[in-house]
Amino acid sequence: MNINFTLIAQAIAFAVLIWFTVKFVWPPLLSAIEKRQKEIADGLAAAQEGKSALEVAAKKSETTLNEAKQKASEIIGQAEKRAAQIIDEAKAAAKAEGDRIIAGAKAEIDQEVNRAKEGLRAQVSTLAVAGAEKILRKEIDAKTHSEMLTKLAAEL
Amino acid sequence: MTTEHAQHAELTPSEYIAHHLSFNAQGVNGNTAADGFWVLHYDTLLTSVVLGLLVMGLIWWVARGATAGVPTKRQAFVELVFGFVDDQVKNIFHGNRHAFIAPAALTVFVWVLAMNAMDFLPVDWVAAIVSAFGGEHAKWRIVPTSDINTTFALALAVWFLMIFFSIKAKGLGGWIHELFCAPFGSNPLVWPANFLFNLIEYVSKPLSHSLRLFGNMYAGEIIFLLLGMWAATGLTGTVAGAVLGAGWSIFHILIVALQAFIFMMLTVVYLAMAHESH
Repeated sequence: MNINFTLIAQAIAFAVLIWFTVKFVWPPLLSAIEKRQKEIADGLAAAQEGKSALEVAAKKSETTLNEAKQKASEIIGQAEKRAAQIIDEAKAAAKAEGDRIIAGAKAEIDQEVNRAKEGLRAQVSTLAVAGAEKILRKEIDAKTHSEMLTKLAAEL
Repeated sequence: MTTEHAQHAELTPSEYIAHHLSFNAQGVNGNTAADGFWVLHYDTLLTSVVLGLLVMGLIWWVARGATAGVPTKRQAFVELVFGFVDDQVKNIFHGNRHAFIAPAALTVFVWVLAMNAMDFLPVDWVAAIVSAFGGEHAKWRIVPTSDINTTFALALAVWFLMIFFSIKAKGLGGWIHELFCAPFGSNPLVWPANFLFNLIEYVSKPLSHSLRLFGNMYAGEIIFLLLGMWAATGLTGTVAGAVLGAGWSIFHILIVALQAFIFMMLTVVYLAMAHESH
Protein backbone atom coordinates (compact mmCIF):
# COMPACT_ATOMS: atom_id res chain seq x y z
CA MET A 1 0.00 0.00 0.00
CA ASN A 2 3.02 2.25 -0.40
CA ILE A 3 2.92 5.46 -2.37
CA ASN A 4 5.24 5.31 -5.36
CA PHE A 5 5.83 6.44 -8.91
CA THR A 6 2.49 4.92 -9.96
CA LEU A 7 0.90 8.03 -8.48
CA ILE A 8 2.71 10.31 -10.93
CA ALA A 9 1.94 8.03 -13.85
CA GLN A 10 -1.73 7.84 -12.93
CA ALA A 11 -1.92 11.61 -12.55
CA ILE A 12 -0.48 12.00 -16.05
CA ALA A 13 -2.97 9.49 -17.43
CA PHE A 14 -5.75 11.38 -15.68
CA ALA A 15 -4.60 14.71 -17.11
CA VAL A 16 -4.42 13.27 -20.62
CA LEU A 17 -7.90 11.79 -20.31
CA ILE A 18 -9.34 15.08 -19.08
CA TRP A 19 -7.63 16.96 -21.90
CA PHE A 20 -9.00 14.46 -24.40
CA THR A 21 -12.54 14.82 -23.04
CA VAL A 22 -12.38 18.61 -22.93
CA LYS A 23 -11.01 18.77 -26.45
CA PHE A 24 -12.71 15.97 -28.38
CA VAL A 25 -15.57 14.38 -26.46
CA TRP A 26 -17.52 17.15 -24.83
CA PRO A 27 -17.86 19.74 -27.65
CA PRO A 28 -19.50 17.49 -30.31
CA LEU A 29 -21.93 16.03 -27.77
CA LEU A 30 -22.77 19.47 -26.44
CA SER A 31 -23.34 20.97 -29.87
CA ALA A 32 -25.50 18.02 -30.97
CA ILE A 33 -27.62 18.24 -27.84
CA GLU A 34 -27.93 22.02 -27.94
CA LYS A 35 -28.86 21.92 -31.60
CA ARG A 36 -31.54 19.33 -30.92
CA GLN A 37 -32.83 21.37 -27.97
CA LYS A 38 -33.14 24.38 -30.24
CA GLU A 39 -34.88 22.34 -32.91
CA ILE A 40 -37.35 20.99 -30.38
CA ALA A 41 -38.00 24.47 -29.01
CA ASP A 42 -38.54 25.77 -32.56
CA GLY A 43 -40.85 22.87 -33.32
CA LEU A 44 -42.91 23.52 -30.21
CA ALA A 45 -43.13 27.22 -31.06
CA ALA A 46 -44.23 26.36 -34.61
CA ALA A 47 -46.83 23.97 -33.27
CA GLN A 48 -48.16 26.68 -30.96
CA GLU A 49 -48.29 29.08 -33.88
CA GLY A 50 -50.12 26.54 -36.00
CA LYS A 51 -52.57 25.95 -33.20
CA SER A 52 -53.43 29.61 -32.88
CA ALA A 53 -53.66 29.96 -36.67
CA LEU A 54 -56.05 27.03 -36.70
CA GLU A 55 -58.18 28.72 -34.06
CA VAL A 56 -58.34 31.93 -36.08
CA ALA A 57 -59.24 29.99 -39.22
CA ALA A 58 -61.95 28.07 -37.37
CA LYS A 59 -63.43 31.30 -36.08
CA LYS A 60 -63.31 32.83 -39.54
CA SER A 61 -64.93 29.83 -41.18
CA GLU A 62 -67.70 29.94 -38.60
CA THR A 63 -68.42 33.60 -39.33
CA THR A 64 -68.36 32.97 -43.05
CA LEU A 65 -70.69 30.02 -42.65
CA ASN A 66 -73.11 32.08 -40.59
CA GLU A 67 -73.04 34.85 -43.16
CA ALA A 68 -73.69 32.40 -45.96
CA LYS A 69 -76.57 30.85 -44.05
CA GLN A 70 -78.10 34.25 -43.46
CA LYS A 71 -77.69 35.20 -47.08
CA ALA A 72 -79.18 31.91 -48.25
CA SER A 73 -82.24 32.31 -46.04
CA GLU A 74 -82.62 35.86 -47.30
CA ILE A 75 -82.48 34.67 -50.90
CA ILE A 76 -84.96 31.91 -50.21
CA GLY A 77 -87.33 34.39 -48.57
CA GLN A 78 -87.05 36.72 -51.52
CA ALA A 79 -87.60 33.88 -53.96
CA GLU A 80 -90.67 32.72 -52.09
CA LYS A 81 -92.05 36.21 -52.07
CA ARG A 82 -91.36 36.58 -55.75
CA ALA A 83 -92.97 33.23 -56.52
CA ALA A 84 -96.10 34.21 -54.61
CA GLN A 85 -96.14 37.49 -56.47
CA ILE A 86 -95.80 35.75 -59.84
CA ILE A 87 -98.57 33.33 -58.97
CA ASP A 88 -100.84 36.19 -57.91
CA GLU A 89 -100.06 38.08 -61.08
CA ALA A 90 -100.71 35.00 -63.18
CA LYS A 91 -103.97 34.43 -61.38
CA ALA A 92 -105.04 38.02 -61.92
CA ALA A 93 -104.05 37.90 -65.59
CA ALA A 94 -105.89 34.64 -66.11
CA LYS A 95 -108.95 35.99 -64.42
CA ALA A 96 -108.87 39.16 -66.53
CA GLU A 97 -108.38 37.13 -69.67
CA GLY A 98 -111.21 34.81 -68.73
CA ASP A 99 -113.48 37.73 -67.99
CA ARG A 100 -112.55 39.31 -71.29
CA ILE A 101 -113.23 36.11 -73.18
CA ILE A 102 -116.56 35.66 -71.42
CA ALA A 103 -117.54 39.28 -72.11
CA GLY A 104 -116.57 38.90 -75.79
CA ALA A 105 -118.55 35.70 -76.03
CA LYS A 106 -121.55 37.31 -74.40
CA ALA A 107 -121.37 40.29 -76.73
CA GLU A 108 -121.13 38.00 -79.74
CA ILE A 109 -124.07 35.95 -78.50
CA ASP A 110 -126.12 39.13 -78.04
CA GLN A 111 -125.13 40.27 -81.49
CA GLU A 112 -126.10 36.91 -82.99
CA VAL A 113 -129.40 36.97 -81.15
CA ASN A 114 -130.10 40.46 -82.38
CA ARG A 115 -129.12 39.53 -85.90
CA ALA A 116 -131.40 36.51 -85.83
CA LYS A 117 -134.18 38.65 -84.42
CA GLU A 118 -133.64 41.17 -87.23
CA GLY A 119 -133.69 38.41 -89.83
CA LEU A 120 -136.80 36.87 -88.34
CA ARG A 121 -138.49 40.23 -88.15
CA ALA A 122 -137.67 40.91 -91.81
CA GLN A 123 -138.89 37.50 -92.82
CA VAL A 124 -142.09 37.80 -90.73
CA SER A 125 -142.84 41.16 -92.20
CA THR A 126 -142.27 39.82 -95.68
CA LEU A 127 -144.44 36.83 -94.89
CA ALA A 128 -147.13 39.09 -93.43
CA VAL A 129 -147.01 41.34 -96.42
CA ALA A 130 -147.13 38.35 -98.77
CA GLY A 131 -150.09 36.89 -96.83
CA ALA A 132 -151.93 40.15 -96.73
CA GLU A 133 -151.27 40.67 -100.38
CA LYS A 134 -152.78 37.33 -101.18
CA ILE A 135 -155.83 38.07 -99.06
CA LEU A 136 -156.38 41.62 -99.99
CA ARG A 137 -154.99 41.54 -103.49
CA LYS A 138 -156.75 44.60 -104.79
CA GLU A 139 -157.50 46.61 -101.84
CA ILE A 140 -154.14 46.89 -100.49
CA ASP A 141 -151.53 49.01 -102.10
CA ALA A 142 -148.10 47.81 -101.27
CA LYS A 143 -146.78 51.23 -101.31
CA THR A 144 -149.29 52.83 -99.07
CA HIS A 145 -149.29 50.12 -96.54
CA SER A 146 -145.64 49.21 -96.46
CA GLU A 147 -144.97 51.79 -93.74
CA MET A 148 -147.56 50.27 -91.54
CA LEU A 149 -146.30 46.79 -92.26
CA THR A 150 -142.72 47.72 -91.41
CA LYS A 151 -143.92 49.14 -88.10
CA LEU A 152 -145.74 45.90 -87.48
CA ALA A 153 -142.67 43.86 -88.27
CA ALA A 154 -140.60 45.97 -85.86
CA GLU A 155 -143.08 45.30 -83.08
CA LEU A 156 -142.82 41.54 -83.50
CA MET B 1 -9.52 -22.56 -8.69
CA THR B 2 -9.67 -21.51 -5.10
CA THR B 3 -10.15 -25.12 -4.14
CA GLU B 4 -7.07 -26.12 -6.07
CA HIS B 5 -5.06 -23.41 -4.38
CA ALA B 6 -6.30 -24.45 -0.95
CA GLN B 7 -5.45 -28.07 -1.57
CA HIS B 8 -1.80 -27.16 -1.78
CA ALA B 9 -0.63 -27.66 1.75
CA GLU B 10 1.64 -24.63 1.69
CA LEU B 11 -1.12 -22.10 0.81
CA THR B 12 -2.63 -20.67 3.98
CA PRO B 13 -5.60 -18.23 3.91
CA SER B 14 -3.35 -15.29 4.68
CA GLU B 15 -1.05 -16.25 1.82
CA TYR B 16 -4.09 -16.49 -0.48
CA ILE B 17 -5.23 -13.02 0.46
CA ALA B 18 -1.72 -11.60 0.39
CA HIS B 19 -1.24 -13.01 -3.10
CA HIS B 20 -4.44 -11.42 -4.31
CA LEU B 21 -3.57 -8.12 -2.72
CA SER B 22 -0.02 -7.73 -4.03
CA PHE B 23 0.75 -5.51 -6.96
CA ASN B 24 2.67 -6.32 -10.05
CA ALA B 25 5.36 -3.91 -8.93
CA GLN B 26 8.61 -3.30 -10.74
CA GLY B 27 11.31 -0.81 -10.12
CA VAL B 28 12.00 2.03 -12.57
CA ASN B 29 14.78 4.55 -12.94
CA GLY B 30 17.49 2.04 -12.10
CA ASN B 31 15.72 0.82 -8.97
CA THR B 32 15.77 -2.97 -8.82
CA ALA B 33 13.91 -3.40 -5.53
CA ALA B 34 10.13 -3.70 -5.57
CA ASP B 35 9.63 -1.02 -2.93
CA GLY B 36 10.51 2.60 -2.34
CA PHE B 37 9.28 5.48 -4.48
CA TRP B 38 10.75 4.50 -7.85
CA VAL B 39 8.38 1.63 -8.39
CA LEU B 40 5.55 1.25 -10.88
CA HIS B 41 2.45 -0.86 -10.34
CA TYR B 42 2.12 -2.16 -13.86
CA ASP B 43 -1.23 -3.83 -13.13
CA THR B 44 -2.82 -0.63 -11.82
CA LEU B 45 -1.35 1.51 -14.55
CA LEU B 46 -2.14 -0.78 -17.46
CA THR B 47 -5.66 -1.67 -16.32
CA SER B 48 -6.59 1.94 -15.67
CA VAL B 49 -5.10 3.26 -18.91
CA VAL B 50 -6.75 0.54 -20.97
CA LEU B 51 -10.08 1.19 -19.25
CA GLY B 52 -9.72 4.93 -19.69
CA LEU B 53 -8.95 4.57 -23.39
CA LEU B 54 -11.78 2.09 -23.76
CA VAL B 55 -14.56 4.10 -22.12
CA MET B 56 -13.50 7.56 -23.26
CA GLY B 57 -12.73 6.18 -26.72
CA LEU B 58 -16.19 4.66 -26.83
CA ILE B 59 -17.80 7.94 -25.89
CA TRP B 60 -15.56 9.80 -28.33
CA TRP B 61 -16.53 7.40 -31.10
CA VAL B 62 -20.23 8.04 -30.41
CA ALA B 63 -19.68 11.80 -29.97
CA ARG B 64 -17.89 12.05 -33.31
CA GLY B 65 -20.93 10.68 -35.12
CA ALA B 66 -23.47 12.50 -32.95
CA THR B 67 -26.38 14.01 -34.82
CA ALA B 68 -28.81 16.65 -33.69
CA GLY B 69 -31.62 14.64 -35.23
CA VAL B 70 -33.15 11.45 -33.89
CA PRO B 71 -30.33 9.78 -31.92
CA THR B 72 -29.42 6.12 -32.16
CA LYS B 73 -29.76 4.04 -29.00
CA ARG B 74 -25.99 4.20 -28.57
CA GLN B 75 -26.00 7.98 -28.82
CA ALA B 76 -29.05 8.23 -26.57
CA PHE B 77 -27.21 6.26 -23.90
CA VAL B 78 -24.14 8.48 -24.12
CA GLU B 79 -26.39 11.53 -24.01
CA LEU B 80 -28.03 10.11 -20.91
CA VAL B 81 -24.64 9.98 -19.18
CA PHE B 82 -23.79 13.40 -20.56
CA GLY B 83 -27.06 14.87 -19.31
CA PHE B 84 -26.68 13.27 -15.91
CA VAL B 85 -23.20 14.73 -15.39
CA ASP B 86 -24.14 18.08 -16.92
CA ASP B 87 -27.16 18.40 -14.61
CA GLN B 88 -25.07 17.74 -11.53
CA VAL B 89 -22.45 20.29 -12.57
CA LYS B 90 -25.10 22.84 -13.49
CA ASN B 91 -26.55 22.70 -9.99
CA ILE B 92 -23.20 23.26 -8.31
CA PHE B 93 -21.12 25.44 -10.62
CA HIS B 94 -22.55 28.61 -12.12
CA GLY B 95 -19.76 29.72 -14.42
CA ASN B 96 -19.03 28.46 -17.93
CA ARG B 97 -19.05 24.78 -17.05
CA HIS B 98 -18.58 23.60 -20.64
CA ALA B 99 -15.07 25.00 -20.82
CA PHE B 100 -13.54 22.60 -18.31
CA ILE B 101 -15.42 21.48 -15.22
CA ALA B 102 -18.24 19.52 -16.87
CA PRO B 103 -16.00 17.53 -19.24
CA ALA B 104 -13.60 16.89 -16.37
CA ALA B 105 -16.50 15.63 -14.27
CA LEU B 106 -17.57 13.33 -17.10
CA THR B 107 -14.05 11.93 -17.34
CA VAL B 108 -13.84 11.36 -13.60
CA PHE B 109 -17.25 9.72 -13.39
CA VAL B 110 -16.88 7.40 -16.36
CA TRP B 111 -13.30 6.44 -15.68
CA VAL B 112 -13.74 5.83 -11.96
CA LEU B 113 -16.93 3.90 -12.64
CA ALA B 114 -15.12 1.65 -15.12
CA MET B 115 -12.20 1.10 -12.73
CA ASN B 116 -14.54 0.35 -9.83
CA ALA B 117 -16.53 -2.03 -12.00
CA MET B 118 -13.48 -4.28 -12.33
CA ASP B 119 -14.45 -5.41 -8.85
CA PHE B 120 -17.23 -7.48 -10.44
CA LEU B 121 -14.76 -9.74 -12.19
CA PRO B 122 -14.39 -12.97 -10.18
CA VAL B 123 -11.15 -12.58 -8.21
CA ASP B 124 -9.91 -16.09 -8.84
CA TRP B 125 -10.64 -15.99 -12.56
CA VAL B 126 -8.42 -12.98 -12.86
CA ALA B 127 -5.76 -14.79 -10.85
CA ALA B 128 -6.12 -17.90 -13.03
CA ILE B 129 -5.83 -15.96 -16.28
CA VAL B 130 -2.78 -14.09 -14.99
CA SER B 131 -1.21 -17.35 -13.82
CA ALA B 132 -1.85 -18.90 -17.21
CA PHE B 133 0.12 -16.11 -18.89
CA GLY B 134 2.69 -15.13 -16.30
CA GLY B 135 3.31 -18.22 -14.19
CA GLU B 136 1.94 -19.27 -10.82
CA HIS B 137 3.43 -16.37 -8.91
CA ALA B 138 2.39 -13.62 -11.32
CA LYS B 139 0.39 -10.91 -9.60
CA TRP B 140 -2.29 -8.68 -11.03
CA ARG B 141 -4.61 -6.39 -9.04
CA ILE B 142 -7.49 -5.81 -11.41
CA VAL B 143 -9.19 -2.95 -9.52
CA PRO B 144 -7.10 0.20 -10.05
CA THR B 145 -9.15 2.23 -7.56
CA SER B 146 -8.19 -0.16 -4.75
CA ASP B 147 -4.63 1.06 -5.27
CA ILE B 148 -4.10 4.16 -3.17
CA ASN B 149 -1.76 5.54 -5.82
CA THR B 150 -4.69 5.85 -8.24
CA THR B 151 -7.06 7.56 -5.85
CA PHE B 152 -4.30 9.87 -4.60
CA ALA B 153 -3.29 10.69 -8.15
CA LEU B 154 -6.83 11.72 -9.01
CA ALA B 155 -7.37 13.59 -5.76
CA LEU B 156 -4.04 15.43 -6.05
CA ALA B 157 -4.73 16.34 -9.67
CA VAL B 158 -8.05 17.79 -8.54
CA TRP B 159 -6.23 19.53 -5.68
CA PHE B 160 -3.82 21.24 -8.05
CA LEU B 161 -6.68 22.19 -10.33
CA MET B 162 -8.44 23.62 -7.29
CA ILE B 163 -5.48 25.85 -6.47
CA PHE B 164 -5.06 26.76 -10.14
CA PHE B 165 -8.69 27.82 -10.50
CA SER B 166 -8.58 29.63 -7.16
CA ILE B 167 -5.66 31.73 -8.35
CA LYS B 168 -7.18 32.14 -11.81
CA ALA B 169 -10.48 33.38 -10.40
CA LYS B 170 -9.12 35.64 -7.63
CA GLY B 171 -5.57 36.38 -8.68
CA LEU B 172 -2.50 35.33 -6.71
CA GLY B 173 -2.97 38.20 -4.26
CA GLY B 174 -6.61 37.39 -3.81
CA TRP B 175 -5.83 33.76 -3.12
CA ILE B 176 -3.16 34.57 -0.54
CA HIS B 177 -5.46 37.18 0.99
CA GLU B 178 -8.12 34.50 1.31
CA LEU B 179 -5.67 32.11 2.93
CA PHE B 180 -5.15 34.57 5.78
CA CYS B 181 -8.43 36.49 5.93
CA ALA B 182 -11.07 33.80 5.54
CA PRO B 183 -13.18 32.57 7.22
CA PHE B 184 -12.79 34.58 10.46
CA GLY B 185 -12.09 38.06 9.07
CA SER B 186 -9.17 40.27 8.09
CA ASN B 187 -8.01 41.33 11.57
CA PRO B 188 -4.24 40.54 11.80
CA LEU B 189 -4.89 38.87 15.15
CA VAL B 190 -6.88 36.09 13.50
CA TRP B 191 -4.47 35.61 10.57
CA PRO B 192 -2.79 32.56 12.17
CA ALA B 193 -6.15 31.00 12.97
CA ASN B 194 -7.38 31.61 9.43
CA PHE B 195 -4.23 30.20 7.91
CA LEU B 196 -4.33 27.13 10.13
CA PHE B 197 -7.98 26.63 9.23
CA ASN B 198 -7.27 26.85 5.51
CA LEU B 199 -4.22 24.62 5.84
CA ILE B 200 -6.30 21.90 7.48
CA GLU B 201 -8.91 22.31 4.76
CA TYR B 202 -6.33 22.02 1.99
CA VAL B 203 -4.84 18.91 3.59
CA SER B 204 -8.11 17.23 4.44
CA LYS B 205 -9.71 17.71 1.04
CA PRO B 206 -7.44 15.41 -1.00
CA LEU B 207 -7.22 12.95 1.90
CA SER B 208 -10.95 12.51 2.32
CA HIS B 209 -11.41 12.62 -1.45
CA SER B 210 -8.98 9.79 -2.14
CA LEU B 211 -9.30 7.66 0.98
CA ARG B 212 -13.08 7.41 0.73
CA LEU B 213 -12.87 5.80 -2.71
CA PHE B 214 -9.84 3.70 -1.84
CA GLY B 215 -11.36 2.43 1.40
CA ASN B 216 -14.63 1.41 -0.20
CA MET B 217 -13.03 -0.43 -3.08
CA TYR B 218 -10.34 -2.08 -0.95
CA ALA B 219 -12.92 -3.30 1.57
CA GLY B 220 -15.11 -4.60 -1.23
CA GLU B 221 -12.19 -6.54 -2.67
CA ILE B 222 -11.33 -8.09 0.69
CA ILE B 223 -14.94 -9.22 1.22
CA PHE B 224 -14.84 -10.91 -2.19
CA LEU B 225 -11.58 -12.64 -1.23
CA LEU B 226 -13.00 -13.83 2.08
CA LEU B 227 -16.07 -15.21 0.33
CA GLY B 228 -13.87 -16.84 -2.29
CA MET B 229 -11.79 -18.47 0.42
CA TRP B 230 -14.89 -20.20 1.73
CA ALA B 231 -14.75 -22.49 -1.28
CA ALA B 232 -11.70 -24.14 0.28
CA THR B 233 -13.89 -25.78 2.93
CA GLY B 234 -15.69 -28.04 0.46
CA LEU B 235 -18.93 -28.17 -1.54
CA THR B 236 -21.14 -26.54 1.10
CA GLY B 237 -18.69 -23.71 1.50
CA THR B 238 -18.42 -23.27 -2.26
CA VAL B 239 -22.20 -23.00 -2.65
CA ALA B 240 -22.53 -20.68 0.32
CA GLY B 241 -19.60 -18.59 -0.93
CA ALA B 242 -21.13 -18.40 -4.41
CA VAL B 243 -24.55 -17.33 -3.08
CA LEU B 244 -23.12 -14.73 -0.73
CA GLY B 245 -20.66 -13.62 -3.39
CA ALA B 246 -23.56 -13.03 -5.77
CA GLY B 247 -25.36 -11.07 -3.05
CA TRP B 248 -22.30 -8.97 -2.31
CA SER B 249 -21.82 -8.36 -6.04
CA ILE B 250 -25.36 -7.07 -6.35
CA PHE B 251 -24.90 -4.83 -3.34
CA HIS B 252 -21.53 -3.80 -4.74
CA ILE B 253 -23.20 -2.43 -7.88
CA LEU B 254 -24.56 0.28 -5.61
CA ILE B 255 -21.17 0.93 -4.00
CA VAL B 256 -19.33 1.01 -7.34
CA ALA B 257 -21.76 3.50 -8.86
CA LEU B 258 -22.16 5.51 -5.68
CA GLN B 259 -18.44 5.89 -5.07
CA ALA B 260 -17.86 6.96 -8.68
CA PHE B 261 -20.69 9.47 -8.29
CA ILE B 262 -19.36 10.76 -4.96
CA PHE B 263 -15.86 11.11 -6.39
CA MET B 264 -17.24 13.12 -9.31
CA MET B 265 -19.43 15.28 -7.07
CA LEU B 266 -16.54 16.10 -4.74
CA THR B 267 -14.38 16.99 -7.74
CA VAL B 268 -17.07 19.36 -8.98
CA VAL B 269 -17.70 20.82 -5.53
CA TYR B 270 -14.00 21.45 -4.89
CA LEU B 271 -13.49 23.06 -8.29
CA ALA B 272 -16.65 25.13 -7.91
CA MET B 273 -15.62 26.28 -4.44
CA ALA B 274 -12.27 27.41 -5.85
CA HIS B 275 -14.15 29.86 -8.08
CA GLU B 276 -16.04 31.45 -5.20
CA SER B 277 -14.46 34.24 -3.21
CA HIS B 278 -15.07 34.56 0.49
